Amino acid sequence: MPARTRRRTTGAALAVALTAALGLAACGDDGSDEAVVAPADNPSFAAGTTMARLAEAGSVKVGTKFDQPGFGLQGLDDKPAGFDVEIAKLVAAELGIEADSIEWVETPSAVREESIERGTVDLVVATYTINDKRKERISFAGPYYVAGQQLMVRSEDTAITGPDALKANPAAKVCSVTGSTPAETIKTYLASPSQLVLFDVYDKCADALRTKQVDVVTTDNVILLGFVDESKGAFKLAGEQFTEEPYGIGVKKGDTQFCEFVNGVLAKAGSSGAYEKAWTSTAGEVEGAQTPTLPTAAPCA
Amino acid sequence: MEAVTENLGLFGRGYLLSLQLCLWGLAGSLLLGTLVAACRVSPVPPLRAFGTAWVGVVRNCPLTVVLFAFAFGLPEVGVNGSYWWLGIAALVVYTSAFVCEALRSGINAVPAGQAEAARAIGLTFTQSLRSVVLPQAFRSSVPPVGSVLIAMIKNSAVVGAFGVGRDLFSVGNSLTSAQGYAALPVLTGVAVGYLLLTLPAGGALAAVERKVAIAR
Repeated sequence: MPARTRRRTTGAALAVALTAALGLAACGDDGSDEAVVAPADNPSFAAGTTMARLAEAGSVKVGTKFDQPGFGLQGLDDKPAGFDVEIAKLVAAELGIEADSIEWVETPSAVREESIERGTVDLVVATYTINDKRKERISFAGPYYVAGQQLMVRSEDTAITGPDALKANPAAKVCSVTGSTPAETIKTYLASPSQLVLFDVYDKCADALRTKQVDVVTTDNVILLGFVDESKGAFKLAGEQFTEEPYGIGVKKGDTQFCEFVNGVLAKAGSSGAYEKAWTSTAGEVEGAQTPTLPTAAPCA
Repeated sequence: MEAVTENLGLFGRGYLLSLQLCLWGLAGSLLLGTLVAACRVSPVPPLRAFGTAWVGVVRNCPLTVVLFAFAFGLPEVGVNGSYWWLGIAALVVYTSAFVCEALRSGINAVPAGQAEAARAIGLTFTQSLRSVVLPQAFRSSVPPVGSVLIAMIKNSAVVGAFGVGRDLFSVGNSLTSAQGYAALPVLTGVAVGYLLLTLPAGGALAAVERKVAIAR
């Protein structure tokens, strides 16, 4: 028992430290909310465009996740921090908007399209996988990152070597999050639907993996790497990543000009090194994470 | 509304799973609730204390806390089980406290003379409880126990979030988040699903009430 208690305490301490590190990464040394790139001076845009409207207003409403370590995680100062947040700050900077003037709106997976359609937010950067179903309601700029789904198991587990081993081990329980893309994808690899265990957040999956309630946790590899790092050797990744999840930036359907503008911002950040810096200061801090190269943007439609 | 019509199969399976969850919960909580109520009115002090403590602890904990204790607390101390049974156990334990109290109001409504007469003809406590008091108590506590059971049906939506999944509420959740359906029609479908559980339950309870009614 003492060993277990100790492990939990270090895990919690590490989580706090990680959160603090992410929070600090978002702020500058002087503690102010400093973006990677300074805002542009009085940028000019064609009248009537979304860019002109936002630059004129001097603020932008950005939808992001508040519960995704490394991408968008709300810190103790109430502001989210992570790679998605840094990407949004890059876009804001090109509009001449200070990072402090960004209004962060929490957009969990279920409300992202709705928030864009209703204008609650101007853009959504929220580990938002580009797919056709979503394209019917909104437009995507990017992708700015390609994640991949992978499996995480307990370190002593040798039976699960990849997604194809799940059918051969029908007793193995697989954990993911309700309504997520990985949860939908993994279904095709399972022997029966009852193999899948769903929770509302990945923390609960990691806890269930530790207490042997489930045997596999699956989602995008960057999220899993965070848990492997936190587990101090209790968890490991199994097999290669078996999907490609291109993360896009959601904008209002048909706003091609804004979409192309965002793609332009991404391309510029890719060549200036701001993109890489945004990654290494957030999601890239986790051990084993590889710095991505900016994917080629898809045409705006 | 095509969000519902396109996914009728999913909704149907979710409905059946929620129905199963509720039936297990119904059977378990009626049984356990009756046992706890019997403890609370028993002449044996330790049993009374157990009954009082059970109701005191379980009734005053939020359902999510009870669910957490079962789904995450028990595995922590080495008790592993499927989330399905852990969830049902939590639902049963939680509901039993309310069933017990509703039933106790029925027991209190049985005139003291009934129990005294039972004792006078030589029945033991257990015998008088089983053949004289409880049958009359059940009759007069159909409405309050019924309300508790309908509350349990709605509480079953929370159980789905603790690793059970694929129940009515979780189906709605995955349709809105992963598949990008608009929230309002999907949630309307979920609400209709729960109405299809609670309204027949209410009807059945009314029928039971009419059937067992006693003129005093």
